[in-house]
Amino acid sequence: MTSIAIIDYGMGNLRSVAKALEHVAPRARVIVTQNHHDILQADRVVFPGQGSIRDCMRELAHWNLVEVVRDAALGKPFLGLCLGPQALLDFSEENDGVAGLGVLPGRVIRFSDPRDPASGERLKVPHMGWNQVRQASDHPLWRGIPQDSRFYFVHSYYPRPADATLVVGWTRYGFEFASAIARDNIFAVQFHPEKSAQAGLRLLANFAAWNP
Amino acid sequence: MGLAKRIIPCLDVDRGRVVKGVKFVEIRDAGDPVEIARRYDEQGADEITFLDITASSDDRETLVHVVEQVASQVFIPLTVGGGIRTLDDVRRMLNAGADKVSINTAAIARPEFVREAAERFGNQCIVVAIDAKAVHQPGESPRWEIFTHGGRRPTGIDAVEWARRMNAYGAGEILLTSMDRDGTKRGFDLELTRAISEATTIPIIASGGVGTLDHLADGILLGKADAVLAASIFHFAEYTIEQAKRHLRARGIEVRL
Repeated sequence: MTSIAIIDYGMGNLRSVAKALEHVAPRARVIVTQNHHDILQADRVVFPGQGSIRDCMRELAHWNLVEVVRDAALGKPFLGLCLGPQALLDFSEENDGVAGLGVLPGRVIRFSDPRDPASGERLKVPHMGWNQVRQASDHPLWRGIPQDSRFYFVHSYYPRPADATLVVGWTRYGFEFASAIARDNIFAVQFHPEKSAQAGLRLLANFAAWNP
Repeated sequence: MGLAKRIIPCLDVDRGRVVKGVKFVEIRDAGDPVEIARRYDEQGADEITFLDITASSDDRETLVHVVEQVASQVFIPLTVGGGIRTLDDVRRMLNAGADKVSINTAAIARPEFVREAAERFGNQCIVVAIDAKAVHQPGESPRWEIFTHGGRRPTGIDAVEWARRMNAYGAGEILLTSMDRDGTKRGFDLELTRAISEATTIPIIASGGVGTLDHLADGILLGKADAVLAASIFHFAEYTIEQAKRHLRARGIEVRL
């Protein structure tokens, strides 16, 4: 039996993430926790996040979770969701500039007046709704998910890893941005698999069975 | 290829039960929000909106349980509106499993509420609902005003100005209902929808008046809406969500199918 810790640091609703994991991995022990010991003992860790990056980093510090998250990202299967991948990078433009955890090299950039390349029409921000992900590698977490499947996004900032080989999924919104990044035991997605119907549930099932 | 336009069925909920009779084939309980939400998910709905029309605030708590049950079985975004007045109301709905809350009269009573909610919970989960009615005379340039209490009470607030202001206050999305068209099946107020869409930088959900699948397509192509919301054409099984999406695709609109 695998145990999955969802890190709870007061940033957004984690119930949906937990329910989706319980749905796809009924035999896993899913816990929503801010307890350091529980997080470090778990077989797998989910690092979610919603809201602003400033609040996210402040809450991580408040709960003394900065080192715990870094530790967890070192070894075991580690899934970042939404704000999660942004927090893993070095720096975000949001809130006049906020330092991230620096687990992966790169920055977080705002969608600035994105336009449809064909029509020139202005695109709305936040980027909200179902968009396609072009899988850039045959990573185990993509197993069984058709190329260019749609996932649910809602965000105004996007990750730009310094090293393009970290990108395992691309999404087009005026231009292409990294919607999934991965290295070793880390997989982090800008979209919400827990809200992305069949494709999202498959990704979570793959995570629950992943042994990097 | 890119972001799909969304189709959002809307369910009216009274004391935990879906009202206005949803008529699916083979449904065991036409008032069960979980069963209905699951059907819409299977048909390919992009999100589901619950509108709480419960009169007594004592009975509102039941919606929290409804949201909890739906969110543990249906894995697409859920929006909850109706009676959201305080930061605590927002928190309770999000904790229950809602992804967004829709704020209407509380924003008019105190616009700062929208700013506070967006700052606390992130603008991605704050939808501002606008109920607007045309108030210009024939021959005048178009003007719409916000109405409350089901379209009965004017507020004197210009709808386009209000949308701009809510955008600036941190709303992540606008749910725009034409009170002139609501329930008429004559189609969206396209001029209103387009005016609001062009005045703002955030996504617009068009609502009010859908009677045909072409109305949905027109809302997107002519009204410049990012999503379309409808109730009766789906509830009474006139069309499935999938049929609606195939129709949009045939008219050149990108959808999730």
